[in-house]
Amino acid sequence: MARESLTGSRIRERRMMKGVRQADLARKVDISASYLNLIEHNRRRIGGKLLVDIAAVLGVEPSMLTEGAEAALVSTLREAAVDTPIAPAEAERADEFAGRFPGWAEVLAAEHRRVASLERTVQTLSDRLTHDPHLAASLHEVLSTAAAIRSTASILAETGELEAEWRDRFHRNLNEDSARLAESSRALVNFLDESETGHERRGVPQEEVEAFFVANDHHFADLETGQSTPERLVSAAPELVSNAARRIAQSALREYQATAERLPLDRVQAALQRHGLHPGAIARELGCDLQLILRRLATLPEGMLPTDVGLVMCDASGSLLFRRTLPGFDLPRFGACCPLWPLFSALHNPQVPIRRVVEQQGRGDTRFECFAVAWPKQMPDFESDPVYLSVMLILPVAETADEEARLVGSSCRVCPGRDCMARREPSILNEEF
Amino acid sequence: MSRRVVLIEDEPNIIEAIRFLLTRDGWQVETHSDGADAVEVIRAANPDLVILDVMLPGKNGMDILKDLREIEGFETLPVLMLTARGQAKDREMAEKAGVSRFMTKPFSNAEVMDAVRDLHAQASQQ
Repeated sequence: MARESLTGSRIRERRMMKGVRQADLARKVDISASYLNLIEHNRRRIGGKLLVDIAAVLGVEPSMLTEGAEAALVSTLREAAVDTPIAPAEAERADEFAGRFPGWAEVLAAEHRRVASLERTVQTLSDRLTHDPHLAASLHEVLSTAAAIRSTASILAETGELEAEWRDRFHRNLNEDSARLAESSRALVNFLDESETGHERRGVPQEEVEAFFVANDHHFADLETGQSTPERLVSAAPELVSNAARRIAQSALREYQATAERLPLDRVQAALQRHGLHPGAIARELGCDLQLILRRLATLPEGMLPTDVGLVMCDASGSLLFRRTLPGFDLPRFGACCPLWPLFSALHNPQVPIRRVVEQQGRGDTRFECFAVAWPKQMPDFESDPVYLSVMLILPVAETADEEARLVGSSCRVCPGRDCMARREPSILNEEF
Repeated sequence: MSRRVVLIEDEPNIIEAIRFLLTRDGWQVETHSDGADAVEVIRAANPDLVILDVMLPGKNGMDILKDLREIEGFETLPVLMLTARGQAKDREMAEKAGVSRFMTKPFSNAEVMDAVRDLHAQASQQ
């Protein structure tokens, strides 16, 4: 039945919604109840003054009665019919359904829209879980360890006579695996708990180390003056929960200590006063590698630098090893950063210093000056390929500076940039998520 | 002649447990932990059955299985796949790659042994 021929059904629906008796409405518009009954059952066409009068009594626009439910409603009902197949004959009557039962039609359409929205959300979450390397690795670790424990325990319990050597070996394996399971389960629970609450996500060793550095404002005065050691600082740090995090932090502090000995605070401060925040000039004066001065500048005590700085380090796989965040410059927690960062350009030309002014897309027009350099982790030799690391110091650029910025992103998933040759995957910003 | 199985798994204690079970059941067990050259190891061993983990260093089990099925003589070799990922899509992916049996971790010893015996019996009848 055509939509316009359902005017009677809509009148009936509206009248009943308002609790008006058929006879009362008929009397008010000066027609007989039996005639109104014919109209309401779509057996008489209606228009002109009578329609206007009925609409006025029912308190709606006449068009609401003639056009009925919005076209969008009918369209949504048709989509719902496609998604949950029903008999074609019924699917074709979406107009009639919307006209006769606008309330129920709206409920159905709203539910359909909600289901579609939830499906998109589930898909996005599922995608995140699938692609979150830390979650996948943690789950695999837990299940693999559980499999080893289950299998070993069954052998011990079910094998009648087991040679002493095997029995001892399986007991040892059980002990090792149960300790590993405890550690990986705790890491996983931390990860999930803190994901849910939206707080800092821990459970990943690098994140514990990062929290430790943030808690100390990236400066360890006692280490610089020889009043403490990396071991003591690590053992006293509540942020370092896992053994892996403690080992990483200890290694980072040893490097910190070596750098501080090579570049004492007073010398760095004097060079800063002479040259300002120009890493190249400071490195030349102090006769040190650029990577050392870039890292040292990110560990100075508060107030020694004229501005906040950020720092990020990665290895040749692009995995971030260390982050010092800087407001306004988004540093993703995990690997998949924008490949256009100078940090990665430096890896193509090890030992060649790179300076770029950049602006992150979708984060306003704040510009940052980035200094990057890559260097071999160990002394190169002819027996093995060099393993390179790269570091990038990030400084905010004064608004008055007129140097044009290159556009970069943070990571593809949250980057609004279009037509980017470096894009790996679509952005989720269009998923209303 | 003893039956031979190649176990490709990177979890040392799972290797030890499965090796123990299979050896007691009369199998000659060869193990390998690196995915990168797993296909070559299987090819060289020419076993009666393969037990294959999915998440392996070097190359994942799905790719190993696909490559194995391309080799003449290995198209129908029984392959029991062990994985921590048990979703329907993972199972479907394994089936498309040519898996004979798919088992999710943590499995029981009885399940593994039943699967191994079943697969071997089926292959022997062909």
